[in-house]
Amino acid sequence: MIAQNFEYETPSTLEEALELLADGAKALAGGMSLIPLMKLRLAVPERVVDLRRVPGLNSIRVAEGQLHIGAMVTHYELESTPLVRRSSPLLAAAAASIGDVQVRNLGTLGGSIAHADPAADYPAALQALEAVIRIAGKGGERAVSAAEFFVDTFTTALEPGELVVEVSVPVEAAGTGVRYEKCEQLASGFALVGVAARVAKKGGKVSMARVGVTGLAGSSYRAKNVEALLEGTTGSAQDVTRAAAAVAEGKEANSDIHASADYRAHLARVYTARALRAALGTAG
Amino acid sequence: MASTVTKTEVLFGKKMKRKEDPRLITGTATYVDDIQMPGMHHAVILRSPYAAARIKGIDARGALELPGVAAVFTGADVKDVGPVPCGASLPGLRVPHHHVLAQDRTYFVGHPVAVVVATDRYIARDAVDRIEVDWEPLEAVAEPEKALEAGAPAVHPQWPDNKAFDYHQEHGEVDKVFAEADVVVKQRITSQRLIPCAMETRGVVAEWKSGEKSLTIYTSTQIPHLMRSLVAGMLGIPENRLRAVAPEVGGGFGSKLNVYAEEALMGFVAMKTGKPVKWIESRRENMLATTHGRGHVDYYEIAAKKDGTIVGIKLKLIQDVGSYHQLLTPAIPTLSVLMMPGVYRCQNIRADIVGVFTNCVPTDAYRGAGRPEAMHGIERMVDILAAEMKMDPAELRLKNFIQPEEFPYATATGLTYDSGDYAKPLKKALGIAGYAALREEQRAARSAGRLMGIGLSTYGEICAIGPSPATPAGGWESATVRIEPSGKVTVHTGCSPHGQGEETTFAQIAADELGVDFDDIIVLHGDTAIVQYGIGTFGSRGTAIGGTAMYFAIQELKAKIKRFGAMMLDCDDVTFSGGRCVCDKTGKSVSIQEIAAASYRAMKLPPKTEPGLVATYFWEPPNFTFPFGAHVVVTEVDKETGDIEVKRYVAVDDCGKIINPLVVAGQIHGGVAQGLGQALYEEAVYDDSGQLMTGEFMDYCVPKSTMMPWIEDSNTETATPVNPLGVKGVGEAGTIGCSPAVVNSVVDALSPLGVRHIDMPMNREKIWKLVQGGAA
Repeated sequence: MIAQNFEYETPSTLEEALELLADGAKALAGGMSLIPLMKLRLAVPERVVDLRRVPGLNSIRVAEGQLHIGAMVTHYELESTPLVRRSSPLLAAAAASIGDVQVRNLGTLGGSIAHADPAADYPAALQALEAVIRIAGKGGERAVSAAEFFVDTFTTALEPGELVVEVSVPVEAAGTGVRYEKCEQLASGFALVGVAARVAKKGGKVSMARVGVTGLAGSSYRAKNVEALLEGTTGSAQDVTRAAAAVAEGKEANSDIHASADYRAHLARVYTARALRAALGTAG
Repeated sequence: MASTVTKTEVLFGKKMKRKEDPRLITGTATYVDDIQMPGMHHAVILRSPYAAARIKGIDARGALELPGVAAVFTGADVKDVGPVPCGASLPGLRVPHHHVLAQDRTYFVGHPVAVVVATDRYIARDAVDRIEVDWEPLEAVAEPEKALEAGAPAVHPQWPDNKAFDYHQEHGEVDKVFAEADVVVKQRITSQRLIPCAMETRGVVAEWKSGEKSLTIYTSTQIPHLMRSLVAGMLGIPENRLRAVAPEVGGGFGSKLNVYAEEALMGFVAMKTGKPVKWIESRRENMLATTHGRGHVDYYEIAAKKDGTIVGIKLKLIQDVGSYHQLLTPAIPTLSVLMMPGVYRCQNIRADIVGVFTNCVPTDAYRGAGRPEAMHGIERMVDILAAEMKMDPAELRLKNFIQPEEFPYATATGLTYDSGDYAKPLKKALGIAGYAALREEQRAARSAGRLMGIGLSTYGEICAIGPSPATPAGGWESATVRIEPSGKVTVHTGCSPHGQGEETTFAQIAADELGVDFDDIIVLHGDTAIVQYGIGTFGSRGTAIGGTAMYFAIQELKAKIKRFGAMMLDCDDVTFSGGRCVCDKTGKSVSIQEIAAASYRAMKLPPKTEPGLVATYFWEPPNFTFPFGAHVVVTEVDKETGDIEVKRYVAVDDCGKIINPLVVAGQIHGGVAQGLGQALYEEAVYDDSGQLMTGEFMDYCVPKSTMMPWIEDSNTETATPVNPLGVKGVGEAGTIGCSPAVVNSVVDALSPLGVRHIDMPMNREKIWKLVQGGAA
């Protein structure tokens, strides 16, 4: 549990950081994923670029109906900042469900999503929120949707040398019901499955449903089939159960010592129903 | 200076905050890793990545080239170091030679292969990756029942059947009672492999003083004196030139009741290099290479009459030994056999143990060591019998208990239970739980389609281990009590506490006996250069044996104090109490502090009396002690997910007389946490090739504080006649009582579905499948 010898850089501008990353260095944000991997020597970077002194990555602001969050904002800041809790209670709830207080005090939004653990909590919320992820590289900036960003297990749309700089999610409209429900892998606290739900009702009918799923498969995903089955219904218990039953369709469920594929798929259905029921309960 | 007040407050039985805790919770205690020495080097060990492999060659040149690396040692360098000792003996026991570094083969993932010594730990670890080993991987076997199958890979080639030992014990007319029984129930019950997970991993600092030809080994151990005797033998140095120190030890749970390869290896390295050397085990190494616990597959049969009287018990016990015997490995399952009748009056028993080698880290003591397995077995079987006979499990137990007037009670396994009143904690626990009302609630829950369970265990266990004839290396304990010239009291205990709170409980006893302030007493332990020879802390023995040794040392001192008091008061008959010697005739008195000063000043001495106030006592106990208790657990199963909620946990434990209720409650809480861990979450999982799949806290689930139920704990107090304090021991009780109560509760919850047994850990997928598929 001792990392291999490595060089350590603390650039003070984004440009410097991107220069170093382009040179093959590994980005270090909160270190909650990278450092354990380095201590186990599953990651052996020769050079690590600590982003903590890079300005402009810590802001939380609302503009044009969007909540913009800097990549270096910690989980604890997300769960506790009134602006976030008000503007995106789903994102705040996902942040609050991560690890323990020590982890949340250090771990960051950008670091977590760039790592793309298939059982991490944020991806479910970001899929359901149709988040936009702003990425910087030496050649400039680009933005991708959450659906494009999360590619596979530990694989994102980030190209070598690129960095997540900001995540944007919509400011939640009044009356939207949201919920993050997760079945924890009890040893790690990661999600065996985690389901983020957003729903709105109009005239007694479900007018909008968004469902993001983590933990079940190699990558997080938006369960559009569930959304389609629910939208237009009254959102009754039966409607929810019928819609949730589709959540694992077409997905190859993960299997490990903590849960078989069949059981994970079952949990995904149960937790989707639970998340939707709870979200509908607060939608109005 | 001298106290003139007679001390009247009795501390025995009082809730006292632990003397140990301020330094532990403020980070000012000294653990092995806190030790720094000038010129200290650091060692990191290369371990086998294979469960079974031949070592065809080792090339350490790459490591030696790295600046800062002082030395690399491999198997060839240490072949003359004595083997890692097995202290237990059984007829026909097969003991593989256990070198401190692998020779030409490795036998488990984590097996030490080479050690790098460097100026810092990071360099040493980098150098480990530069050692090239020419491996030839071999077929491995990780499951004991698979290892017994014909054609299984041989763990040790010289013993192709993989048997480490056979052990048989029998009493009474087993075949007859089974033939004549009205009911016989059978069940295969496992007690899975567990990783002890002490919060502090192991660690060693070794320092060789070449001028004095003396070696000091600081090690995180439960048994510094035994470690010293055995490692001195392994290294071939005189025992009096080896000093062993157990500094603050961050938990052991049996995993540090051992002598490990690394302890001798660091001594060897320090002597070879002339440098002080530190080795600190990583968490991953701890999970791979520190002993595991449990590892049973048990086949039980119980015979009963139609009124529920248990008449016979048969047990076939398969013990997963692992690759080697550590200090007590083969002895652990024999403890299970000793306790197999539990708290029930059954004189016909037959037990057969087969110890099995596997390509896994050795098993050995883990909190309860043999008794949790035994209690899990008998308490599950009694519930299975109750279900078969449609009897209430509490009634069936009450019917079969050994009765209070039958003590001392000779068991079928050769033990003599000291004292007991088994119905008392059971009735108290059922009362606290509101058993009748719970059964009503359960009926209502069931008709509403909910899966609610009520489970109980009534356990008995062996503590105060133990009389010397029953142990491999002496079962007594020692104490030296020194009353200093100022009247302050220093106690040296031979047992080596590491979290049990003896610095507090011993001070409570000494304060009462000597009439001095609690704060005027310190208890020292763990350093063989300071403390007289002792045995250690394990088997819930510290207070019952070590405390008793101190008690008797104090009695010797009290006699001497009275002689000094009589002289100083010029009085023939004096009484010593509350810290003062009082002349019975005149009522004049002198304090213990004044007596202490006079005893060292020695201007005048009583007849045939030496100066000073120091006494040493080695106490040999006449018997074990046998605590008992009852746990009642209420659970509810989530039908959708298989999640188990522990809704109530009632524990009533009888550990004899209670010195400090806070310490007792702490032991019960911790014990229950580890019992719940086994019942619900924990399992060391090896894959077929012998790779440990649960080698991180990311995968091995010890219960966290947020996962613990509220424990409604209380006690009954049945004194033991074995020692004058009346105390029995409580370190392992919580664990022993817990797992059967939890499993009984969940089986009860699922019984409407036809479920009659569930093996541990009862993880949610297992339970979900039972809910889906019914009977198991």
